Amino acid sequence: MNTRRFDALIVGGGGAGLRAALQLARSDYKVAVVSKVFPTRSHTVSAQGGITAALANVDDDRWEWHMYDTVKGGDWLGDQDAIEFMCREAASAVYELEHMGLPFSRLDNGKIYQRPFGGQSKHFGGAQATRTCAAADRTGHALLHTLYQQNIKHRTQFFDEYFALDLVRDAEGYCLGVTAISIETGEPLLIEARATLLATGGAGRVFGNSSNAMINTGDGLGMVLRAGLPLQDMEFWQFHPTGIAGVGCLITEGVRGEGGYLLNKNGERFMERYAPHAKDLAGRDVVARAIAIEIAEGRGCGAAPNQSGGDYVHLKLDHLGEKLIAEKLPGIRELAIRFAGVDPVEKPIPVAPTAHYMMGGIPTNLHGQVVAPARYGPEEPVPGLYAVGECACVSVHGANRLGGNSLLDLVVFGRAAGRHMLDYLQDNPYPRPLPDDAVDASRARLARWERPGSERVAAIAEDLRRTMQTHAGVFRTDAVLREGLEKLDELEARLAHAGLADTSRVFNTARIEALELENLVGVARATLVSAIHRTESRGAHTREDFPRRDDERWLKHTLYSRVGDQVDAKPVRLKPLTVESIRPKERVY
Amino acid sequence: MRVKFRLYRYNPETDAKPYLQDVELDIEPAGKMLLDALIAIKAQDETLSLRRSCREGVCGSDAVNVNGRNRLACITPLSELKEPIEVRPLPGLPVIRDLVVDMEPFYRQYRSIRPWLINDDPEPEVERLQSPEDRALLDGAYECILCACCTTSCPSFWWNPDTFVGPAGLLQAYRFIADSRDEATAARLDNLEDPYRLYRCRGIMSCVEACPKGLNPTEAIGRIKSLLVKRRV
Ligand SMILES: Cc1cc2nc3c(=O)[nH]c(=O)nc-3n(C[C@H](O)[C@H](O)[C@H](O)COP(=O)(O)OP(=O)(O)OC[C@H]3O[C@@H](n4cnc5c(N)ncnc54)[C@H](O)[C@@H]3O)c2cc1C
Ligand code: SF4
Ligand code: SF4
Ligand code: FES
Repeated sequence: MNTRRFDALIVGGGGAGLRAALQLARSDYKVAVVSKVFPTRSHTVSAQGGITAALANVDDDRWEWHMYDTVKGGDWLGDQDAIEFMCREAASAVYELEHMGLPFSRLDNGKIYQRPFGGQSKHFGGAQATRTCAAADRTGHALLHTLYQQNIKHRTQFFDEYFALDLVRDAEGYCLGVTAISIETGEPLLIEARATLLATGGAGRVFGNSSNAMINTGDGLGMVLRAGLPLQDMEFWQFHPTGIAGVGCLITEGVRGEGGYLLNKNGERFMERYAPHAKDLAGRDVVARAIAIEIAEGRGCGAAPNQSGGDYVHLKLDHLGEKLIAEKLPGIRELAIRFAGVDPVEKPIPVAPTAHYMMGGIPTNLHGQVVAPARYGPEEPVPGLYAVGECACVSVHGANRLGGNSLLDLVVFGRAAGRHMLDYLQDNPYPRPLPDDAVDASRARLARWERPGSERVAAIAEDLRRTMQTHAGVFRTDAVLREGLEKLDELEARLAHAGLADTSRVFNTARIEALELENLVGVARATLVSAIHRTESRGAHTREDFPRRDDERWLKHTLYSRVGDQVDAKPVRLKPLTVESIRPKERVY
Repeated sequence: MRVKFRLYRYNPETDAKPYLQDVELDIEPAGKMLLDALIAIKAQDETLSLRRSCREGVCGSDAVNVNGRNRLACITPLSELKEPIEVRPLPGLPVIRDLVVDMEPFYRQYRSIRPWLINDDPEPEVERLQSPEDRALLDGAYECILCACCTTSCPSFWWNPDTFVGPAGLLQAYRFIADSRDEATAARLDNLEDPYRLYRCRGIMSCVEACPKGLNPTEAIGRIKSLLVKRRV
């Protein structure tokens, strides 16, 4: 296999990967970024509403309040040391983006514009805060392009449209790089590096109805599972309350932040019943469940004449006026006109919950080092391996992420991981020898897709998405989940008999989709098994058969491993770095 | 409903030259986009290659030429298109396979305008201030998704891909010139004051018509030109 060597390797050109790459590119070390799409096509580009940091540009604010909201939003499953770190670093990480050129919207006094988002409060649970920094409703686009521009400036080496296959590790567990294939030529490539960071993003495409880009297939998670490492908290998936009904495209929470609200078919502002204080700006899991209940109980809009209620609710924002919508929510207006056929300046947008964000992922510590149970404890770093962004679980989002905290997670931990990788490279100046069988598994995987088969990848992928939608959605029970797992077994059996009709080399996207499907199946299994295991309701994981949160038994993280579908646990860190612990209590909005 | 397509096909491993393939698809066009149809066709025939990612018009992956116009497949309603719907790769760039073109000539021009904020002053501890009015100057420029619909509809770029920056690159050059925080306006103008880089633009406006985000590169180019004129006098 052709080989390239770098000091550091970043897999993923979204916000997380590019922020980490920048830290390394500014040093003397050689860094490469591998991305299966041209970096600005990464999913970060879709982020709309903003990035949260307690800048206090509009109203009083403190990072401690942001921390409190994040712990509560995550239903106490988040690690409080990581949350303190993120909220403390938030302001500097955002100012730094501004200095790089990010075109934030501005307040009259010239400071960065901020808007209220769900789950934000002042004074530890008091009145609504205004904390999310925005570039209109295109914050992800602005952030991703800015970070890409900085990486061009600092001459990061890009491998665009290369698809990473597997991690390469030696007998002592050190990560020595990854195998990949060039999508354009179909050539396999080994990229060696003393430090490798996974920033491959989410896996929302495991669900049928999703706000995610089509490339969000959990590839980094598949790589980690195949390397025999565990995934954490995979039962926790966020369903965003406001996806465009029937399509899934997202309508940012920023719409409700700017004053929009939800209505059922009777024109009732139903969130007042579910969250008397925060109303439409309660936690996302709370609002998504409320909408699901309204629909299930026959109060959805758009019913056919023979039905009692339809399958969506209305998001009303026309009262905000055309001027505000044009200035602050232009992208939303465009999406609603295109995908829902309504101009929100005049009419409400039909919305329903859509699979949105993966709270779980590859377990890491504060420095982005991947950790796994090993000889000396449950959280030993895997040498030379890092993970950041939606694919990672440093556990700042716990059981439910707050809006605007993901973009923050990308840049705070991207920077932290970049810094730690610099230290690691200094402490480990020489490459370790490559084992003889370094690329065997990847070769076998590629060879497997040269063999003919009777089953089609597209059909299995479609069935997988349908299965997960039905069996791992907003409301779950043991029986429904187990049935889903049985169906998944069948799908995996079919996958073993799948083959490609097209085995050509040049830009063969059918091959890429087959490799992605293998990763999605791993994600689906981790999700179902972890969800069956956790017999309580917490954050986004709602078990109808166990409707209460149970801190005595379940205030702990789930660790799923592929071999034997094993599930282990590790404790939640309730102790922050410097401030006092925020003790678990009932979560009401 | 049966919908007729005519697709540009080319696989360098098996085809001596490109050809047009007639395809029929069972699909209900209401509410569907062209990308939905292309994906459905690919589900029947895996050999069709195209790029796609966000499926909502924000990532710029799936620009193709549809019935003679450059558009993003994911936000082009099927019901708007006349049959047979002819889908080709973007014109003016080398074809890698089917609907996939080599975007490097386009990216190279983007990189050539030094697309990053230049400001060598020591950074303040907080944000640099910018008035809402100054920020508004970036509207219509920063939103570019680098889809290349504009540049590949520009005859001047077809003839001079190595020397003419093209509408997308020039729009981004303007984005930094217009940014009150950027200090390199003079150097940026120097970089463009060239018979080819900037002045190959003949104001034909094909670019404006092609932009799926409603941006106006011609206007930005005009502003750059007038800044150059102003500078001379
Ligand atoms: C519609 C939408 C709106 C959102 N809005 C907000 C918001 O307003 N605020 C907020 O905080 N969060 C928001 N989020 C969440 C947030 O956008 C994402 O969680 C975040 O952008 C993920 O960034 P990332 O860098 O981890 O991954 P991504 O941006 O998804 O990037 C992943 C990268 O990995 C690469 N990659 C993946 N697999 C491979 C492989 N096998 N080989 C090579 N490369 C690979 C891809 O090419 C890509 O470059 C939103 C999400 C959605 C879906
Ligand atoms: S206006 Fe200029 S850049 Fe735009 S298409 Fe015409 S020649 Fe090209
Ligand atoms: S200006 Fe418009 S058409 Fe040109 S690359 Fe940007 S978004 Fe695409
Ligand atoms: S798929 Fe992203 S613009 Fe069409």
